[in-house]
Amino acid sequence: MSNKIINDFSITVGTVNGSGSSTANNTILRALFKMGIPVSGKNLFPSNIQGLPTWYTIRVNKDGYIARREEHDIVVAMNPNSFTRDQAETAAGGAFFYADDIKQPITRTDIFTYPMPVKSIVKSDPNIPSDYRDLVGNMVYVGVLAQILGIDLDKINAALTFHFKNKQKPIDMNFNTVKAAAEWTKANLEKKDPFYVEPMTKTDGLIMADGNTAAALGSIFGGVQFAAWYPITPATSLAEALNDYLPQLRKREDGKHTYAVVQAEDELAAIGMSIGAGWSGLRSMTSTSGPGLSLMTEFAGLAYYSEVPVVIWDVTRIGPSTGLPTRTSQGDLTFVAFIGHGDSQSVILLPGGVDECFEFGWKAFDIAERLQTPVFVLSDLDMGMNQWMSKPFTYPNVPMDRGKVLWEKDLEEIKGNWGRYLDKDGDGIPYRTVPGNKSPLSSYFTRGTGHDEYAKYSEEAPVWLKNMDRLEKKYETAKQYVPAPVLHKMSGATVGIIAFGSTEAAVLEAQHQLATQHNLKTDFLRVRALPFTDEVTAFIKKYDQIFVVEMNRDGQMDQMLKIDYPEYGAHFQSVAYGDGLPASAKWVREGILAKYKKPVTAKVAGAAKKSPAKVKASKTATGSRSNHAAGRKTASKKISSAKTKATSKRK
Amino acid sequence: MTETLPMAGTNVQVNLAGLAKNDYRGNPTTLCQGCGHNSISNQIVSALFEMNIVPENVIKFSGIGCSSKSPTYFMNRSFGFNSLHGRMPSIATGALFGDHHAKGLGVSGDGDTASIGMGQFKHIIRRNVNMVYIVENNGVYGLTKGQFSATSEVGLSLKHQGVNQYMPVDICMEGLASNATFVARSFAGNPKQVKELLKAALAHNGTALLDIISPCVTFNNQDNTFHSYAWGKDHEEPLHDITYIAPRNEIVLEREMDEGEVREVGLHDGSTVILKNLEKGYDPTNRFEALRVMEEARRNNWLITGLLYIDPTKPALTDTYNLTDTPLNRLTQADLRPAPDKIDLINSLMF
Repeated sequence: MSNKIINDFSITVGTVNGSGSSTANNTILRALFKMGIPVSGKNLFPSNIQGLPTWYTIRVNKDGYIARREEHDIVVAMNPNSFTRDQAETAAGGAFFYADDIKQPITRTDIFTYPMPVKSIVKSDPNIPSDYRDLVGNMVYVGVLAQILGIDLDKINAALTFHFKNKQKPIDMNFNTVKAAAEWTKANLEKKDPFYVEPMTKTDGLIMADGNTAAALGSIFGGVQFAAWYPITPATSLAEALNDYLPQLRKREDGKHTYAVVQAEDELAAIGMSIGAGWSGLRSMTSTSGPGLSLMTEFAGLAYYSEVPVVIWDVTRIGPSTGLPTRTSQGDLTFVAFIGHGDSQSVILLPGGVDECFEFGWKAFDIAERLQTPVFVLSDLDMGMNQWMSKPFTYPNVPMDRGKVLWEKDLEEIKGNWGRYLDKDGDGIPYRTVPGNKSPLSSYFTRGTGHDEYAKYSEEAPVWLKNMDRLEKKYETAKQYVPAPVLHKMSGATVGIIAFGSTEAAVLEAQHQLATQHNLKTDFLRVRALPFTDEVTAFIKKYDQIFVVEMNRDGQMDQMLKIDYPEYGAHFQSVAYGDGLPASAKWVREGILAKYKKPVTAKVAGAAKKSPAKVKASKTATGSRSNHAAGRKTASKKISSAKTKATSKRK
Repeated sequence: MTETLPMAGTNVQVNLAGLAKNDYRGNPTTLCQGCGHNSISNQIVSALFEMNIVPENVIKFSGIGCSSKSPTYFMNRSFGFNSLHGRMPSIATGALFGDHHAKGLGVSGDGDTASIGMGQFKHIIRRNVNMVYIVENNGVYGLTKGQFSATSEVGLSLKHQGVNQYMPVDICMEGLASNATFVARSFAGNPKQVKELLKAALAHNGTALLDIISPCVTFNNQDNTFHSYAWGKDHEEPLHDITYIAPRNEIVLEREMDEGEVREVGLHDGSTVILKNLEKGYDPTNRFEALRVMEEARRNNWLITGLLYIDPTKPALTDTYNLTDTPLNRLTQADLRPAPDKIDLINSLMF
């Protein structure tokens, strides 16, 4: 083979859901990672326990681009029901491995095909009990691929050892099958395809983990004390990771617990309990996904208005409704931004990878307690449930920020002179006490009804206005505390890209392709929080064209930007796409190219800035496909600023 | 209505906690005059005062409705959380983890508990959260001006609503079905019994369900209906005279009890309830009996009152979590953040 393709391809495995292939797939992924080759693995699975077709796709890339690759270079077909499709979807010049008991025709002549005697290899090993044969059968394709591609068997052994937690019996049973398959391949198959793996050192010092585990670990290092949750894909494994790691990481000599995890009866109760615990002074959290978040909406409004710190993880899946429960999305952004009825503004953190799931895990508590408000962390199914290469987790670099809490001696010092909703410091953040405080000066009555600065019931219009204005001021203050965006600069950039969350890998790859293949140089700003910070403002001012890339239909980040920066509305070009699959560089690149307008002269761009008519036109265009929440918000902002003026006049 | 404050210079009677009754009071009520709920609020003040409970050790909770407004009418020195409609149980469940030495005192209504909040109600019962759960049950939605509730009896006729077609929910029966450890029913028109049951409920370790028929004088007080004063007075069938006796190490005047049909139940904190049986020879630790007398009352159209069921042996929710003696909300970074070397451990646990 003259044109070797080394460390740059995709492997897609088609199996039957529930057949135990995840062990095999993770083994390939981990072995490649241990060989030092940048790699990612994505489970594209149905909402089903057993029987439906499922795929796992691995991206191997020497340059570190690990977004999902749409082309399937190497395909492994283990499922008769998806055999035809798997064969058809193999890229021209690709390699097609299939279980030889699938008696279906090979119709492609432009791909390299390899039959695998899965059943006979497994049957020939007397140490495999008959009821394990199907499970272990998946190791056959691991062994065949290892031999054909050159995956190091020692690294496969290391991956199995990790997976089976050093239990020798299952390690041996699986590894023996891998070896047998590799030996059979060596003796019976001739290498024809161009794909090879070779060891590198590019994963040195990195770890491999999923976002949900990282989020749970981060929460534990953030001192989580209370978590209530209800099972929902793809968030369940976050709460389960709390259960797994809390006993180990928060072990005390006296055996007592510093935390409680409660599985609630539904999401209404999960957030209710979490808010109750946050109100009583605990670092409190819940984790859910879209449908659960819908149920949490009324409570989120209560927590916003009564100013209770709580952290809410939304591991987003694609909706509306039940949608595709096992497919990824960034479709909850505007919902969360305006969650609750009436006027509300949410603090949202947007982790971009596994290490940031850890970091925002602890940081979210600091921000929630500092601001006394719910903090939403938007991860997604792809980041939450798939294995990602990551920088190792790092210890929190700042002490915990417990915010403005008054205990007995504080109250004594200020002689009880405090008001629960009194803006003493001018930053919109009041002081609070928590139940259990023994001072007779500590108590107050919390309510979702109108209240004055001393938490007393009030229906007076000026009292209502003053409180709502303070909450708006607090949201301004939030900008000092939320994470700043990450800028990926490129010299000579003429346009900007804004994205968030798990699309980073796809955007970075697209950024590279646009520069090298289309001579379009871009600066890429990965936004990490709402409200938008000054760095976001500065970036927006810099470019006449900014492509807002996101995994949803409506361009929700684009909507948020247009609401907050109406004067730059014409700069934003929405590149939104949501089909439930993890982002690929291809759709980012093609989406940007489809919207890209070559600047004619510099003057035209300047004129666009000044022309209010153009800005308006663009807003209307967006309005036709934006959701009503965004429209509502725009209206409410206008009224609110008018109100402020009226109030100041009266004064 | 609140009682008149003592004149300056008069001797104020204090309890063993060194507090006067005024230390247990709240704001003036904004409910209708004659509302059964006000009578219950007064008994809450008396019960807590007489039990020498420090207000700072009590956390008040409520949902939404007339009943749920009442926690502002007592115990101003206690923290309180007026939550969402039907969601008091979840707020209380979480909040009581903050300081597990505190006692919860929740006030809900029949709409808040038996309609919108039925799910959370049954689950807090099943978890045995350490709180008194009072249902001020008037069989009607008062705050929205007179709609049927889930406890309204069949055939009840209300202005704008017509005639109720649906069978009522029996809150005590629901509680018992969910493995409640304390179930009692009372009638706001019998304040002495309300107070004694409240004391027993406060001493109980776990969720103490107290269903108090509390007539709505504005929307549901027709003499012939189940939730009215007149009907209650005529049809109330107390199971026993109930007396709460504080733990023995406190100085209390023990009332003389009649010999014979007396049953004592020891509570978690060393106190006792003494039940002087009326006719029925009733054993409140027998769950089967509790269900039987409730069914019997339903068939005979009685308003059966008293301590229907108690199991003082089951642990409360926070007891099952083996929490630090220091309240969780007083723990600091040293208790909560794993040591720096643990970061290497978790990185090594990843692949």
